[in-house]
Amino acid sequence: MTALADVVAFACLLTGAALCLTAGLGLVRFPDVLSRMHAGTKPQVLGVLLVMVGAAIRLDGWANAWMLLLVAAFQLLTAPVSAHLISRVAYRRRHVRRDLLLIDEFGPAGHQDPRYRGDEPGDAPPEEDGVLPQPS
Amino acid sequence: MTVVGFALYALIGGGALLALVRLALGPSLLDRVVATDTLLVIISAGLAVYAALERSPTVVPVLVVVSLLAFVGSVSVARYIGGMLLRSRTGDGRDLGLPLAAEVREEQS
Amino acid sequence: MTVEPAATRLRHQVPLAVWLVVVWMLLWGTWSWANLLSGSVVALTVLTLLPLPHVVGGARVRPLPLLVFLGHFVVDLFASGAEVAWQALRPGGVGRTAIVQVQLRADSDLLLTMVAEATSLVPGSLVLDLDREHRVMTLHLLPVRDLEGVARKKANVLVVEERLVRAFGSPADLAVLDGHQGKAVSTP
Repeated sequence: MTALADVVAFACLLTGAALCLTAGLGLVRFPDVLSRMHAGTKPQVLGVLLVMVGAAIRLDGWANAWMLLLVAAFQLLTAPVSAHLISRVAYRRRHVRRDLLLIDEFGPAGHQDPRYRGDEPGDAPPEEDGVLPQPS
Repeated sequence: MTVVGFALYALIGGGALLALVRLALGPSLLDRVVATDTLLVIISAGLAVYAALERSPTVVPVLVVVSLLAFVGSVSVARYIGGMLLRSRTGDGRDLGLPLAAEVREEQS
Repeated sequence: MTVEPAATRLRHQVPLAVWLVVVWMLLWGTWSWANLLSGSVVALTVLTLLPLPHVVGGARVRPLPLLVFLGHFVVDLFASGAEVAWQALRPGGVGRTAIVQVQLRADSDLLLTMVAEATSLVPGSLVLDLDREHRVMTLHLLPVRDLEGVARKKANVLVVEERLVRAFGSPADLAVLDGHQGKAVSTP
């Protein structure tokens, strides 16, 4: 029983660790920021889940298992938020290799909206302020 | 058992090293943010692997902290750059001292 | 922001408070009345000091469709995780990418957030933008070979949305979904 649990745990740990390595490879090899973010989300979700499952099997006691579950839940909740914030800024700053795009349905409109270019509606500048950038 | 442990540490260490390479190479701030984010996640995976191999639960609370720190760090930097873009007149932060994106430089040259 | 009665406000904050207490208990790792009590105190303090707008349109959970969604989600996670990992490993560098827009059908903040989260969690697709008014989601897709593959991935997002609506949506959301399908069938 314990031998079987150990085998399952080590399989999970090895797969998760391999995903961490491919994430590093992807970070180095992918051509632009948006592609590198794909490499980054992978260990954040699948890899962390697998490693946490493996660690929870190996560690005795429910207290540790609950805390590892909490780590996995935090990752699942926070990874999309930070990925979205970064990718949005990256697109606005044109960190996109356009020659590698097969199609772009978003178009240049994504970073030419003169009124609203922040992260949140609350960031939008007041219109009567006079600091409104001129749409070029 | 030791072979598996060695393989695990090698895989995770390799991933962390490659993330460090990206952190050093850049070329842009956002690349470094992504690399730092990934590096912290890989570190927390490494801590979990350590806990699993040694069967010692002492590092488990550290995991919670590291996983939250990664989020707070990348979000605050992303929002900082977003705020700069907001004040910028050209729309990509050139006038406020942000360097031009490497991808655009390639297109122009 | 309008002032609402305390009872309504409290009712909307209950799920959040329960979640905070659960997190508190998980952090301590054990169940005890002292933990429950201190967790409730902490949760109420947090909710008073940092109030959040409540989510419009509460969710209902249907267990069976939820299981269907979770099963497909895990399969998706593994399949596309392997796909992106292969992109990183394979010799000859990375294939092409694409930025596409998908017209969603759900019309609730909660459901749209869930669709965006689920799409973003699966490797290979990254949410760039979500237009709440027009319900248009902009995605960055990583391993694409041809336009046919792009169309397939777009259709996949809509399938994920449908599973989520079936698991969490209100009857009105479900009716919208079925209406769209009927239209799609009648006008091929």
